[in-house]
Amino acid sequence: MIRILTVALLLAVFAPLSAQAVEPNEILRDPALEARAREVGKELRCVVCQNQSIDDSNAELAGDMRVLVRERITAGDSNKEVLDYMVDRYGDYVLLNPPFKAATLVLWIGPAAIAVLGLFWVAMMFRRRKSMDGGSEMSTSGPQNAPLSDDERRRLDELLKEDSA
Amino acid sequence: MKRFLYVIPLMVLLVVGGFAIMQLKQVSGGKSVNILPSVLINREVPPFDLAPIQGYEKGFGSKDLLGQVTIVNLFGSWCVACQAEHPFLMKIKEQGLVPIYGIDWREKKPDAGPKWLAKYGNPYTLIGNDPNSKAAIAFGVTGAPESFIVDQKGVIRYKQIGPITPDVWESTLWPLIQELRKI
Repeated sequence: MIRILTVALLLAVFAPLSAQAVEPNEILRDPALEARAREVGKELRCVVCQNQSIDDSNAELAGDMRVLVRERITAGDSNKEVLDYMVDRYGDYVLLNPPFKAATLVLWIGPAAIAVLGLFWVAMMFRRRKSMDGGSEMSTSGPQNAPLSDDERRRLDELLKEDSA
Repeated sequence: MKRFLYVIPLMVLLVVGGFAIMQLKQVSGGKSVNILPSVLINREVPPFDLAPIQGYEKGFGSKDLLGQVTIVNLFGSWCVACQAEHPFLMKIKEQGLVPIYGIDWREKKPDAGPKWLAKYGNPYTLIGNDPNSKAAIAFGVTGAPESFIVDQKGVIRYKQIGPITPDVWESTLWPLIQELRKI
């Protein structure tokens, strides 16, 4: 029971976050065209709120951009033509998924490069610590690093002989 | 080598911090920082034709800009920063420095723009009404006020994000306008 309540509560809290901002009067009559408009809208950044798509944003400019997307789709533009139209005016910035090219190289490669550098650094730290630990244990003669007793040495010789035979 | 590794975080911090301080200095120095460099610079003004605002006879379209250096200024009666730059625009008009064309953007009521202009004065040669952001989106505008300097051939030469301040005018806009007039 408590579990169900928890799930219901979580849904109630988080469901609105995924809500669309598309107004009823903006929606196109043709469901196929509307579906395409949604596809395009998801790709376009709301330029006044930075981290939302125009479909998710309640900003007035985002609303006007949604209407414009629908106008162009109704006029017969392909999805790519609509996106190009926006990029033509706002630059790659308007795309939530910016293209891979020279100007966006740092954007795409940067995080991976930093991650690799970080891993390299961690690896270096581990290697350093390992060699330090090894060194210290040699001198304190722990059980693993103690010299072999005569008995052990004899057994080892036997085993090695068996192997080579 | 090992010591060098310890210095890396510090170096990253210095570089990032350095950029932050540089940007801050630019802002406090009165320079406008273009967060979004316009892709429209050195391209022709997008074609548009706007209806007049209420009570005005003529609207304003891209063809009106040909033949002289102009400023296209996007404003709205709802926009506080526009009110801040308005007295300076009036000064530009009074001194006859350069014609300013206005795009009245996203007024909620049709009489809001005209009322605002009646109250504070009209610095514009022509004004177009843009309630649905048609022209605003065509110009790649993200907020008001934004101003564009357009040359004789109708090519956008500069984008000013935010109000036109006396500083920006003296340091950037006015020299550019004079330069463009020589062409």
